[in-house]
Amino acid sequence: MNSVSIQSEKFLDRESSLGVLLMLPGLILLAVFLAYPFFLGIWLSLTDTRIGMPGEFIGLWNYVDLLEDEIFHQTALNTMVYALVTVPFKAVMGLGLALILNNQIRFSNPIRAFIMLPWIVPTALSSLGWFMIFDPVFSPISWLMIEMGFIDSNINFLGDQLIAVTAICWVNIWRGIPFFGISILAGLQAVPPELHEQAAIDGANKFQRFINVTLPQIKGLLMITSLLSIIWTFADFQLIYVLTKGGPANQTHIFGTYAYQIGLFGTEIGMAAAITLYMFPILAFFSIILLRYMRKTA
Amino acid sequence: MMVGSDKQKALQIYVPLVVYTLLLLFPFYWMGVVSFKPTSDIFTLDLNPFWVQRFTFENYQYLFENTEFISWMWNTMLIAVVSTALSIFCSICIGYALARLKFPGSDFMGIGIFLVYLVPPTLLFIPMAEVIGALNLFNTHWALILTYPTQLIPFASWLLMGYFLTIPKEIEESALMDGCSRIQILIRIVLPLSVPGILSATIFCFTLCWNEFLYALIFMSSGDMKTIPVGTVSDLIKADTLFWGSLMASALLGSVPVAFIYSFFVKYYVSGLTASAVKG
Repeated sequence: MNSVSIQSEKFLDRESSLGVLLMLPGLILLAVFLAYPFFLGIWLSLTDTRIGMPGEFIGLWNYVDLLEDEIFHQTALNTMVYALVTVPFKAVMGLGLALILNNQIRFSNPIRAFIMLPWIVPTALSSLGWFMIFDPVFSPISWLMIEMGFIDSNINFLGDQLIAVTAICWVNIWRGIPFFGISILAGLQAVPPELHEQAAIDGANKFQRFINVTLPQIKGLLMITSLLSIIWTFADFQLIYVLTKGGPANQTHIFGTYAYQIGLFGTEIGMAAAITLYMFPILAFFSIILLRYMRKTA
Repeated sequence: MMVGSDKQKALQIYVPLVVYTLLLLFPFYWMGVVSFKPTSDIFTLDLNPFWVQRFTFENYQYLFENTEFISWMWNTMLIAVVSTALSIFCSICIGYALARLKFPGSDFMGIGIFLVYLVPPTLLFIPMAEVIGALNLFNTHWALILTYPTQLIPFASWLLMGYFLTIPKEIEESALMDGCSRIQILIRIVLPLSVPGILSATIFCFTLCWNEFLYALIFMSSGDMKTIPVGTVSDLIKADTLFWGSLMASALLGSVPVAFIYSFFVKYYVSGLTASAVKG
């Protein structure tokens, strides 16, 4: 008896030290390349640092200046549209895709693999494909629409603010459809078939069964997928960098691209850090909702 | 009767499926078509642009002979492999510690790690550039090898922790009784049982490394140190001329490896992707 308790005490002792030891390699990396830059960013945002020039503490002036910057207003609005308005489109089109894939389909595995491509491949490269599809002169969409007699001259997809924002949002939706589709599909396959059978016996038609049986079952998943998508696209960069670089006339920036322009072209590191930190409360807000939601469903 | 229901199925399932497939795959088709056209055929409005009239490999030849594409390929591969290996090692350790060991702060670490997963590179790239500069790592592979894991470790640890938790505790307890150490148990029992989880974490990490853009854009400025996405976007697009053919060839070739890996391990990737949502 005695020796067992001594052994277990020794073991408990080893467990806590081993736990800390195992955490160390990852935590060191996260401390140096995540936590430290985060706090350094907060400090930089409170200074007037420029590339190659150490700055001085200026309090909240960068944040105040941004509130009066019209390009920043446009940037904040664009980011909201880009991250939030696109979600219902991704969700509905992803749901449609999932409902189709949930049937017995021939070649379903290769189809699934191909359909995931927009989500899998580097966004910078697929955006480059779209960049050419949106070319002001050689766009195949313009060519086709002229051939069919819908329009007389080429569409200037990325040169007009409203069309450019629409085009950017479309590429974002296009990339997100497979992610929503595959996530929702996993949820659909977890719906117990008995529920559908029971509802069918009770006389519910296909549409009613979808509303009353399927939808409540996948609601949580839909919410989590949407929140993840919002958080990721909110902090996007490459898609817009490739398509418009924030142009024309700085009208299509989101936080990431505007900070890049101010910081790396304008060399105003302090100001750029302030732009990125404006994202923080919003990201934190959505992250906390996500965390709560996941705990509730757990 | 049979024919009727087949027709109905075709209308309700296969027609929308074809529409979705066309919509989702058109950009890749377009890249392929452009990449096999001679330049004169790309810059004309007289030919049907949706088809290759005169087939050529000259764009691919240009890409391999006149650009640094091969260096980009090598850089991307090297960085992705080393960074993934480093991340998986750290994540196995963290995942196991969180799943099985009690230590000071272990409860709070789980949530901490998850929240860190939601910190995007866009939030950190400005100060990160200062850190990389201070460490003298600009234009070195290390700049990316060391920074990518911060995006990979949180999710991979979390995924693996979930996986380790599904392994019955009793197996480990009896091995402990037999005198195995925790490390031996981890290596000989837990890891072999967790191969699917490790595979999906690996695929997840590798694709993310391969696709990363922002850090690579900022940390790698010399032409031969770039990764494929950054090299293609910044070195093939020159101000005056657009080499559409080789641009599209590069975009397509740069997408192939991840598409290839993914199609082999589609099951693991999907389970990794949805693990959070379904299990959560």
